[in-house]
Amino acid sequence: MPRQFAYYPGCIAEFSSKELNATTQALAPMLDIELVPMPGATCCGAGDIAEAKPNLYLTLNVRILSEAEEMGHDVLTICNVCTLNLRRANKMVKEDPRLLEQVNGELVKAGSRPYSGTVDVTHLLWYISTEEGLAQLEKQGPRGLNGLRVAPYYGCQLLRPSSVMGFEDPDRPQSMERLIRALGGEVADYEAKSKCCGFPIILAREQVALKESHVALSQARDAGADCMVTPCPLCHLAMDAYQRKAELANDTEYNMPVLHLPQLLGLALGLGQDVLQFKRHMVSLDRVLETVGA
Amino acid sequence: MPSTTFKIFRYQPDSARPETFYQDFTLEHEPQKTLLDAILDLQNEQDGSLAVRYSCRSSICGSCTCKADGRTVLACMQQVEDLKSWSGKDTVQVDPIGNFKPIKDLVVDLDPFWDKVKSVKPYLIADGPPPEKERIVPKEAMQRLVKESNCILCAACYSECDSFEADPDFVGPAAFAWGYRFAGDVRDTRRAERAKLYTGKHGVWDCTRCMACNERCPKGVDPRNAIEKLGGIAFQEGRSMKDAGARHAKAFLISMRTGGKLNETLLVPFTDPIKAQLDIPFALKMLSKGKAPSPFPHKVKRHDEVKKLMKNVKETI
Repeated sequence: MPRQFAYYPGCIAEFSSKELNATTQALAPMLDIELVPMPGATCCGAGDIAEAKPNLYLTLNVRILSEAEEMGHDVLTICNVCTLNLRRANKMVKEDPRLLEQVNGELVKAGSRPYSGTVDVTHLLWYISTEEGLAQLEKQGPRGLNGLRVAPYYGCQLLRPSSVMGFEDPDRPQSMERLIRALGGEVADYEAKSKCCGFPIILAREQVALKESHVALSQARDAGADCMVTPCPLCHLAMDAYQRKAELANDTEYNMPVLHLPQLLGLALGLGQDVLQFKRHMVSLDRVLETVGA
Repeated sequence: MPSTTFKIFRYQPDSARPETFYQDFTLEHEPQKTLLDAILDLQNEQDGSLAVRYSCRSSICGSCTCKADGRTVLACMQQVEDLKSWSGKDTVQVDPIGNFKPIKDLVVDLDPFWDKVKSVKPYLIADGPPPEKERIVPKEAMQRLVKESNCILCAACYSECDSFEADPDFVGPAAFAWGYRFAGDVRDTRRAERAKLYTGKHGVWDCTRCMACNERCPKGVDPRNAIEKLGGIAFQEGRSMKDAGARHAKAFLISMRTGGKLNETLLVPFTDPIKAQLDIPFALKMLSKGKAPSPFPHKVKRHDEVKKLMKNVKETI
């Protein structure tokens, strides 16, 4: 019996980064999980609604948690930003019964279901990088990554603040390293793997953001990586879609393919291009496909 | 007694060895020794030229901020043995904080930091004639400011701030924590002026949300949350269309009202209409990769609830 999750893919995976959603859906049965849709779930606000209307941010996110609670499942995400926003709201109301009561008051007034605080929010990376998760991957008899040198790129919001995220040490994350090695890849290590990609300000302050993404892209390149992998679609946009812009802004070249985390798993488990959809990336993944022999 | 090797960043520009290097010192010490006390022992017993800034030794003054094995800490708040059990090593590497110019060993030039703090007017401005006695404030109104009031100006939040690293003019976390400390104070009469002051270029909308400030603050100030609240105040003060960063946030609110999911097609031109036009070649490339989503907003189920929440929920910033 697969473990059921209330599936919260987030807006980017549903729209501009459809390849991430499609790959996750195709992986689910192989990981022995069932992704149950959340039809009433809104955007988490991505930190933007929090910096315009903080109370509204909290209420909207608790409404999402309440939908999962009604379904009887924990929430599974595939985006750093969604994970942080949902977990933060969850922590705020779980630790403060008076605040939960206020938020529930608003929810009931608007016709929404009140929240009791029983749901947990987890990211696919966290679920799959545990011993059980790795054992489940092993059961699938992965074809493997054939020594592909992968630079794990965590970004910020799946690690920090650790008081909210709490899965692993934000200064020494190892979950993606475990996965890469378990799948027959090599880890290209570099310091900037948990620095910011700049995406939250890329539309409003592009030049600053491109300096930020440069740090991780150039270090991954210098560490001899064949590709980067990220658990966050926003990091993916900054690193892949904006990579050429970062090259021009920083007068350099990276030529760095960037995979969504589920794509790396899918590649190792033998999913085809109909699902992985590498053609939707801006930077060519030919080098990756050649090494893996897919 | 435990023995620890300290690998300390050295920089003595006026000495016979003006370049930077690391120097190893070994010290036997009590198990409870703090990093600051260990450094002071080294200074007293092994090398009097070792420079470190400190004063209170009890995490009040915020002077002894440095990096221990890459993590920004208050040296007086960390026990050496805890640092070693975190790293699993018998050596502790000590560096000056990041993003500021070292002057001598662990001492950095904090002038840019103080300039930023001063730039936010970190003091109460209450216009009108002064009251006869003190200004009475309801307890609830001050409780909102408790976290920000705990800032000790140690600059730990700037040491690993990615926006500050990319843009040295970014006003930054501690300064904005102080900004909210007064913008959110019911006695202050310059809320609108502050909203304008904080949301210009290099201001609130330049924070990239790397969360390093919340992670590193030794006092639980959560400067990123203060930056958020200043954004909220800017919205309350009618500044939601005044900057690309504000419009970016507003586009999320519009998306929420019109369907509940982010409308990416709206987000780009709404944030910066001029740049969006100049960027048409980039947009076409995104389009060719199927990365341009439908312009028609997707509506979540029970969207009427969302609209009601947007109408009803009041902000208490």
